[in-house]
Amino acid sequence: MTKVLADMGISVLLMEAGPMITPADFKEHMWPYQVPHRGAGAKGQAYTGGPTGFTYSATFGGAQLEGEPYTVAPGDDFRWFRSRVLGGRTNHYGRVTLRMAEYDFKPHTTDGLGFDWPISYADLAPYYDKAEEFIGVTGSREGIRSAPDGIFCPPAPMKAHDVLVQRSCAKLGIRAVAARQAVTTTARNGRPACHYCGQCGRGCVTASNYAASYVQIFPAIRTGKVKVLANSMARELITDASGKVSAVSYIDKTDGSQKQVRCRTVVLAASACESARLLLNSKSSRHPQGLANSSGKVGRYLMDTVGYSMSAMVPALSGMPHYNSDGYGSHVYVPWWLSDNHKTLNFPRGYHIEVGGGYGMPGIGSFVGVVNRTEGYGVRMKQAIRDEYGTSIGLSGRGEMIPNEQSYCEIDPEVKDRWGIPVLRFHWAWSDHELNQVRHMQQTFRAILEGMGGQVPTGGGRGGGRGTAQTTGMGATPGQQAPQTGQAGPQTGLPNAPAGQPTTGASAQRPGNPPAVADANRPPISTGGAIIHEVGTVRMGDDPRTSPLNKFSQAHEVKNLFVADAAPFVSNADKNPTHTIIALAWRTAEYLAEEMRKGNV
Amino acid sequence: MSDISRRDLLRRIGLTLMATGAIDRVSAQEVHHITLATQAAAGGAYTPKALNDHEYRTLEKLTDFIIPVENGKPGAVAAGAAAWIDMLVSENAQLKTVYTTGTAWLDAAMKKRGAEDFLSASAENQTALLDQIAYRRNSSLELDPGIQFFTWARRMTVDAFYTSEIGIADIDYRGNRPQMTYPEPTEAIAYALKRSGLA
Repeated sequence: MTKVLADMGISVLLMEAGPMITPADFKEHMWPYQVPHRGAGAKGQAYTGGPTGFTYSATFGGAQLEGEPYTVAPGDDFRWFRSRVLGGRTNHYGRVTLRMAEYDFKPHTTDGLGFDWPISYADLAPYYDKAEEFIGVTGSREGIRSAPDGIFCPPAPMKAHDVLVQRSCAKLGIRAVAARQAVTTTARNGRPACHYCGQCGRGCVTASNYAASYVQIFPAIRTGKVKVLANSMARELITDASGKVSAVSYIDKTDGSQKQVRCRTVVLAASACESARLLLNSKSSRHPQGLANSSGKVGRYLMDTVGYSMSAMVPALSGMPHYNSDGYGSHVYVPWWLSDNHKTLNFPRGYHIEVGGGYGMPGIGSFVGVVNRTEGYGVRMKQAIRDEYGTSIGLSGRGEMIPNEQSYCEIDPEVKDRWGIPVLRFHWAWSDHELNQVRHMQQTFRAILEGMGGQVPTGGGRGGGRGTAQTTGMGATPGQQAPQTGQAGPQTGLPNAPAGQPTTGASAQRPGNPPAVADANRPPISTGGAIIHEVGTVRMGDDPRTSPLNKFSQAHEVKNLFVADAAPFVSNADKNPTHTIIALAWRTAEYLAEEMRKGNV
Repeated sequence: MSDISRRDLLRRIGLTLMATGAIDRVSAQEVHHITLATQAAAGGAYTPKALNDHEYRTLEKLTDFIIPVENGKPGAVAAGAAAWIDMLVSENAQLKTVYTTGTAWLDAAMKKRGAEDFLSASAENQTALLDQIAYRRNSSLELDPGIQFFTWARRMTVDAFYTSEIGIADIDYRGNRPQMTYPEPTEAIAYALKRSGLA
C-alpha cells in the first residue's frame, strides 16, 4: 500500500507500533552455538516452561506482549499473535502465496453458507498479477480449479521426502505440485535470486524472499515520499464536524506521551483485530458504537484457518545419503483436490496440505522424542538419533472456516493496556463444518503417510499451529521458517518426561483462560487464532447495513477511511491470506489515488 | 574476526540493502564465512559459574557417558556440554536445584554401593548405576529421583552436543549455507523411492 501510493507521488506517514527493523539484526546465517543460549531462551527458560529463542532477533512478537494483554470470554479459547515491528509478521511468516479461486469469492452462492464477496476473481486477478511480478513467487502452471495459476518464477527441484509425498498422493488420486512461495528464484528489482540457505524466517540478508519491510517499505522510503513514525501506538481516530477522520491520536512509546498527527486520509493496516480495535475505540457522540460501525459489524465474523497436523517416521528415509535439504522451506504442496465433489463430503469447504521434512538444522529439543523412546545413553542412543534424523515427514492441513455469530472480538469493558487503551475480548467457536473437515484430514493424512510406509504414532496428529515463537527444529515443519506451523516431528513430544520438564512454551503463551471442555469425539483442531490467519473483522460488502466497508475497502460512512489488512475479508478460503491482503491493498491504493485526484477524498 | 567486526559487516550490508535494495551474492557468502570464523575464535577454558568444582566435574563425567567419544569422533566433553549447562544453571534457580540435588543423589547412591562418590567409583560401578537410572522401567521409590535427574541431564546434554559445531558436523547437517542453485537430490530420491516401494 505504502509502496504503491509513494510510487504515485502521494506522501505517506507510516505509523508503526513497534521499532524500525534493521537488517543487521537478522540471524539468517548464524548457528545455534553463536547465540549464548542456543535457542533455549533467556535463562534457559525453554527448559522450565518458557518459549524458545533463536528464531529472529528483531522484535518477533507472540501472543503475550508485555503490558499489552487481551482477554478471552470464559469457556472460549483464542490466541492472538502480534508482531510489533516494521513489516510485522511478513518478516517471518511461512511465505505460502496462494490466489483465491473464482468460487472462493462466491461461497454463499456455492453452498448457501457464509457470505459472498462484493468482488469477483476477475476484479482481483490483475492485482495478483502485479503482486507476483513485483514480489517473485515460485510455482508451476497446473490448471487446477481450486488453485489458479499465477505469474511464477521457476520452482526449485523437489526434495526426497517431497517426492515420496507426491508419489503416495498419486496412489490416492491426489495431486501434489510445486510449492508457491514468496521467494524469488530470479533476480528482480535489484534483489538477487534466492541462495537456498533455508533460513527464510530469520531475515533474508539478500532480500530474496518477501517481507513488506525490505521488499516494499525500504524502497518506498527511498522515493522520498514516505516517513516512518516508529514506536507509535495508535489510540483513536479523531473525526471532524464533517464526519471525516482529521487526525490520529497515538502514544509515543519512547516517552509514553500522547500525541496527534493530522491527516487527509487514513489507511488502517494494523492487522485485522487491531484495526477493529482502533475503530471500536474511536467512539464519540457522533459515533457511539465506534467509527464506521453503524452496522454493528466491526469485530464480527472473525475467522482463522482450520489447522491440523500429523507426522510420521518414515523408515524408507533412514540411512539415506545426506544432502542439503534446506532450499526455501517447503518445495511441494497439495492444493484442494475435491472442489468438484463437495456433495459427497460431510463438510462444505476445502483445505490444502503443506509438507515438512528433511534434515533441519538441529536445535533445542530436536531429538527429545527419539531419546525418550530409546532411553539409555552412549553410542547406542547416538545411533538411534542418527537413524531417525531426517526421517520424519509432517503434513499440515490448512482449511476454510465458515464465519459464525459466536466468533468475534469486542472491547473488554474493564481491561486496559499499559497505555490506558481498552483491549480486545475474544469469543470463539468452531462448528461441525470445521470439525468434520479435520476428521477428513485425519483419514487422508494417515493414508498418505502409511502409503509410503510411514509409522504414525498412536494418537496421531494434533491441532496445528501455536501462535508462539518457533523452536528451531528437525525441519519436519511445513515451511520450516514459519512461526505459524509448529514442529511436526514426533521428536518434539515429551512422553513420560518428569514433571516440570521442558515444554516449548505453547501452554505458557495463553492468557488465563480455562481450556475448552474435553470431548472424546472432538478431533484435535487448532486453537482459534493459532494458525495466525485471523481475518474478517471489518468486512467489505455492498450493503452499509451489514458491512462496514465498500468493495474498495473504503468505509461506507467515512469517505477518507480505508482498511488494507485482512479485516475486509468476507470469507477465509483455504488460501493463506497474505497474497490476497497484498492484492486488495494494491487495488485499494489505486482507487484511493484516483479518488484523491478527483477531489472526493 | 571479532563479534564486533562481524556485526559491523552485517550492519554495513544492512545499510547497503536499505540504500540500494540489493547486495550481491558474494557479500552474502562472506557473511556465512565470517559467522563461522567468529565461532572458531571463541573458546578457552570455562570456569563454572553455578556448580561447585565437584558438581561440575561430576556433570562433565555424566555428559561423557551420555555422548562419549565414538571411533575417535569427539563427544559431549569436547563440545563443552557441561559448560553450557552450567551457564544456564547459573541463570535459572529451577535448573540449579535439578543439578545440585541430582549430583548429590548420584554421590549418595554410589556411597550405598561402597564407593566414596560417583566420580571416584570404578567405571564398572558408574556404568552399573547409570544402567539402572537410564531407563523408566527400573522405576522404584529408591531410583526415581535418579531416573528423573538422568532424564534432565540426558536431554540437556543431547541439546548441548547437537547445537555445537562438533555435534552439527557429527549429525552431518549440510544446510545453512548459500548455493547458486538447488541441486536435485537424485541419489537420495532413488534411495527413498526404492525403499518405500513407490518407485
